[in-house]
Amino acid sequence: MDKTINQKAWFLVLPVFLVVAFSAVLPLMTVVNYSMQDTFGNNQFFWNGVGWFKELLDPSTDLGGRFLASLGRNLFFSAMILAIEVPLGIVVALSMPRQGWSVAACLVIMALPLLIPWNVVGTIWQIFGRPDIGLLGYVLNNIGIDYNYVSNDFDAWATVIVMDVWHWTSLVALLCYAGLKSIPDAYYQAAQIDGASRWAVFTAIQLPKMNRVLLIAVLLRFMDSFMIYTEPFVVTGGGPGNSTTFVSIELVKIALGQFDLGKAAALSLVYNLIIIIVCWVFYTVMTNAGADRPISKGVA
Amino acid sequence: MENIAWMAWTLPTAIFFALLAMTLALMTWLAIARPEAERVGVLRIPTTRGDRLFISLITAAVIHLLWIGFIGTDTIATLPIGEEGIELSSLWLATVISLVAAVAIFRTV
Repeated sequence: MDKTINQKAWFLVLPVFLVVAFSAVLPLMTVVNYSMQDTFGNNQFFWNGVGWFKELLDPSTDLGGRFLASLGRNLFFSAMILAIEVPLGIVVALSMPRQGWSVAACLVIMALPLLIPWNVVGTIWQIFGRPDIGLLGYVLNNIGIDYNYVSNDFDAWATVIVMDVWHWTSLVALLCYAGLKSIPDAYYQAAQIDGASRWAVFTAIQLPKMNRVLLIAVLLRFMDSFMIYTEPFVVTGGGPGNSTTFVSIELVKIALGQFDLGKAAALSLVYNLIIIIVCWVFYTVMTNAGADRPISKGVA
Repeated sequence: MENIAWMAWTLPTAIFFALLAMTLALMTWLAIARPEAERVGVLRIPTTRGDRLFISLITAAVIHLLWIGFIGTDTIATLPIGEEGIELSSLWLATVISLVAAVAIFRTV
């Protein structure tokens, strides 16, 4: 075999390598170092071994209690928004027009919420929900519903969830729409000849064909909601009390609020590990979904 | 050293990362010296040596965390080294289990 060997590609990869080294690898190493030590600032560190991890995984300590509670809240939040956004996104995608000028208009309108930065979305909903000047809060209170996201846990949760649904359902819908567009007309014609009902067309043709995009949508939405920070921070600040304090908000409180670098580092490593595992499972399932072999049920 | 004081390096973490870097270097060399094909194991997904290393490392992290969370880190033995001796935490058992798990993963996954 006569292959020309050209190593120039390594130089082209070098910038990325440097960026990743300084933005990810070195900081991550530092976090590992911090997680084993305690500091009072001034670059003075004291060895603590796995002490922070012990505290973190023990629900009876302050750190462990806060971590596990916020983790539970975060998982509940992710489950809620997935349970709402995925079915809603499918319904929206199914009812979007397939041809004509309305397609473009519809796509633009659907894409609008996705283009708004997180902190702006948070600010919009923070004002929107205020009982004194916000349209939503004012109207709800005037029709007799006692709504106040600043003082009521349930209202705070409802606001954060509805905000996320408003912000991200379009993403699920657009992905599903792309999946639907890729189904050849022949499938629908065959279904028509067979006299298939609307429901049968959905379960036998559309849903299986949307499988892959739905998987991507679920992955994206799970990761994003599991790492959510800005929106709930702007709207509720993690309150009332700690009721909407998610893991990332707790992490920032510990790291920057209390300057407990060791505790925060231990927490972020465990947080990171969960995210890596979930990513890997989804990635593996996704890359193997199209393969001939049946996908293993035991992957997850 | 003054410039990287904020990174708070310690000997144990340095050893940890050095071992990790050496493992990666070894795997890179192996990939060049002895190229291999993907194979399908008990998880029924195609994996390379690199995939199996990744799974082993993640498993090791999970095993250590579970050990810390459920069993703790009591001292199980004191090595007669130096005046005080070196106390061995039970966490080393988790490390042993992780190594066994890694061997199992490399052979079956």
